[in-house]
This record gives sequence, structure tokens and C-alpha cells, in this order.
Amino acid sequence: MENHFETGIENLRQKLLVMASHTEKAVNDAIQSLTQRDLELALRVKADDEVIDKYEVEIDELAIQLLTKAPLATNLRLVTVAMKISQDLERIGDEATKIAKRARDLSQEPPVKIQLDLPRMATRALAMLKSALDAFVHHDPIVARAVIPQDKEVDALNKQIHAALVQHMVENPDAISRCLHWMVAAKSLERIADHATNIAEDVVYLWEAQDIRHTGFKYQPSAT
Amino acid sequence: MAETLTSQPFAGNPVAPVLPLIDIDQVSLFYGASKALKNISLRLEEKVVTAFIGPSGCGKSTLLRCLNRMNDLIDNVRIEGAIKIGGHNIYASDVDVIELRKRVGMVFQKSNPFPKSIYENVAYGLRLHGVKNKADLDARIEESLRNAALWDEVKDRLHSSALGLSGGQQQRLCIARAIAIKPEIILMDEPASALDPIATARVEDLILDLKKEFTIVIVTHNMQQAARISDQTAFFYLGELIEFGATNKIFTNPVQKRTEDYVSGRFG
Repeated sequence: MENHFETGIENLRQKLLVMASHTEKAVNDAIQSLTQRDLELALRVKADDEVIDKYEVEIDELAIQLLTKAPLATNLRLVTVAMKISQDLERIGDEATKIAKRARDLSQEPPVKIQLDLPRMATRALAMLKSALDAFVHHDPIVARAVIPQDKEVDALNKQIHAALVQHMVENPDAISRCLHWMVAAKSLERIADHATNIAEDVVYLWEAQDIRHTGFKYQPSAT
Repeated sequence: MAETLTSQPFAGNPVAPVLPLIDIDQVSLFYGASKALKNISLRLEEKVVTAFIGPSGCGKSTLLRCLNRMNDLIDNVRIEGAIKIGGHNIYASDVDVIELRKRVGMVFQKSNPFPKSIYENVAYGLRLHGVKNKADLDARIEESLRNAALWDEVKDRLHSSALGLSGGQQQRLCIARAIAIKPEIILMDEPASALDPIATARVEDLILDLKKEFTIVIVTHNMQQAARISDQTAFFYLGELIEFGATNKIFTNPVQKRTEDYVSGRFG
């Protein structure tokens, strides 16, 4: 006999994973469109955001249906966490769209002559997102915990980029509008890392039933 | 307000107050050769609602019935270990079982009002325990019906048959009857399993109100009901106590895999 509730839980998990893969791709494409001045790709990212939004709504509907059946223990945590993760993924999709819009505008103007550490920042933010999602899939709260301190590095890179852009604007007033585009893109990456951190915290709650948000949690790698 | 058991032992000399209120120590129960409860130890504090959960046949109702010696009424039952209430072993030879059951009241799955008037249902136990004066009886009956959240629905028909009440009202009448004699502990064996959702909600609200004065132990098959009304939950399986802890913990993050599987509906 089929366990309909377990099937519902599995559907929820699968839907979340598909949404996550769309979101990861959106972030990847947005960064590529920005760094490679690819207008077509930037426009595609913007258009595809609707798909991510649709998944958020579907996941909420499915989760609410499952909640009417009053899940408990791990199932209860999974359903509530799925709703929160889908919201973070949707916001990440929005940030990807913001980056794509800036990429679209920048692609129509001459490049800014400045060396920015943006690719490194993008790599870090994407790695955080990927690790948080892997931790969800592989029941691995240790990987999830390791994501959290990386947010500080991304914040620091954002500050560095911000300072470099301010300096460049002072020296090159004609590049101000283009520099502001880059600043917004960097801020979006910083927000993506924040959302990845939220997902990682939710994954810790899911697999350890421990709420580590706002606790000043510091990651301690195990001695082994 | 209920008197405290700790200040009034069942027999013998007064003793110093002892907490927890109910102390189940290494209790085993046999139906003939069959061991239905296996070395159960559990301590329940006063004015707390404790839910006993577990699949049919796990021993939860059997343990509940041990707490007011209802199992004495079944032939061929043997109990080992000790159950202390307020520090006194309720299985000691000098315990007055009638007095024990006055202090440890019980409400059953199926409401069982006497085929008498609403008034007489509540008056019965009071008279049995020596309340004879009409004014006293009237006051205690009104107080009990109010505490059971039934007064407003029945105050104009106190002398009508209790059997004319709805199922939910009959169950609340049984609760009024149980609390009229001011027990300290109320045992409830699936008290809402035969009730519709509205009547169930009223009984559950009532339980939450009653815990201000009484210690409540409830057997339920309804996990959500246990989650809604109890402070702590004990999970039993095949006569063993598998896990006992705060209800919130048991239903969000149980320690034992068997508890997780049971509350998630994977067996039972």
C-alpha cells in the first residue's frame, strides 16, 4: 500500500531541488552575463525569474497541504524548512535578476577600466549556495555549519569592491553611473551569500533540530 | 482548590511533602503469564498534563489504570514495583482504595453518565463522600459544572435526564462528576475519541483550564491532541516506556527512532 503522506513529502523535496537548480543556474548565468557583457544571457535570466517564482508558490501550496495532515518530528521540520528555503531561493532569484539588469545596462556602455575582485566574490557566494543545498540533499549539518562563517569573507570582499569603486568614481566622474551598476551587482552577490547562510541555518535545524539563528554561532571544525 | 495529597496521606502518620506527585518505580504488570508492562519508571509532577501515547496494546491504558488501582478489578493481574502518589505507595496494604479513587479520578473513552438527572450525576459522588446539606450540594454542583464548562448549557435543565445531553456534553458532565469530589489527579482514557471536532476542542480547552488545579494524565491515540494539550509525553511500545520528555521535544525531535517512526505514522 502506498504511503501517500511520504509520497507528498518526497514530492516537496523534489520540487525544492528543482527550484534550487533553477536558482543556481540563474545566479551563474547572471554573473556570466555581467563579466562577459552578454546582453542576450542577461535578458534570459530576467525572463526565467518567473519560473523560480512559480516554484515558490507551488512549494508553499504543497507544504500547506502537507501541514493539514499534521506532520511530526523530521517531517514537520522538513515541511517548515522547505517553505523557508523556497523563500530564500526566490529572493536569490530576484538578486540574480538585479545582477542581470545591471549586466544588460553595462553591456550597452564602454567597460569600466578597473580591476575588481568580483569574480572571486561570485565564486564564494555560489559555493556557499551550492554547499548549503548539498547539505540539504545529503543530510549533512556539518557542511551546512561550515557555510555560515564564509558569509564574513563575502561581506569583506563587498566592502573592498565598494571602496575601490568609490575611489574610481572620485577619479573618473564620467564612470559614475557604470560604477554604480557594479556596486549594485556586488551588493546583490552579498545578499545571495546572506540567503545561502539562511538556508544553511535552516538545514542545521532540519537535520539536528537545533535553531542556531541569532545565537552568535561560530563554526568550529572538528579535530578529526 | 484541590487539597494536596502530600498533606493528607491515605493512612498512617503525616509525612513530609515529596515531589514528584506520581512516582512510578520499576513497575511490571502481568495478565496471567503475559507481561504487559515491563519495568516502567516514570515521575510526574503536579499540575502538569502528561500524555501517554503508543500503538494499541502498548500498555498505556494499563499503566493509566494502575494509578488508581482499576486493575484490581481484573482477575489474574499481578503488579511488581511501586507506585507512589504524594510519597505513599498506593499498593501498600493499608491503603483505602475508595479513598485513593476519590483522590485519583477517572474519565473514560465513552461517556458513562448515570441514567439520572444532570444534577444527580454530580451529586452522587458528593453524597457518597458525605456532602448532605442541600445548599452545599447546590454550590458544589454549580462549581463543578462551571469548571467543566457546562453550566451555561445546562443550568436551566439540571433536573432533566443526563442521557438527553449530546455526546460532548455527556463527556463534560463526566468530567464535572470527576472533579466535584476534588481529586488531585484526573486520569483520562481517550476522553475525546468519540467526539466530533467541536466537542473535542471544548474538552481540550477544558483540560488546559483544569490543569491549573489538577494533575492530568491522558491516554490518547491522537498525536495532534497530545501535542495540543500536554506538557510532557510518554511513548510506550510493547509494554516498555521508550521515551519520555517535553511534548514539544517528542513531537519535533524525538531521541529514539521508534518514537520518530511512530509519531510520523510509520507504524502503529
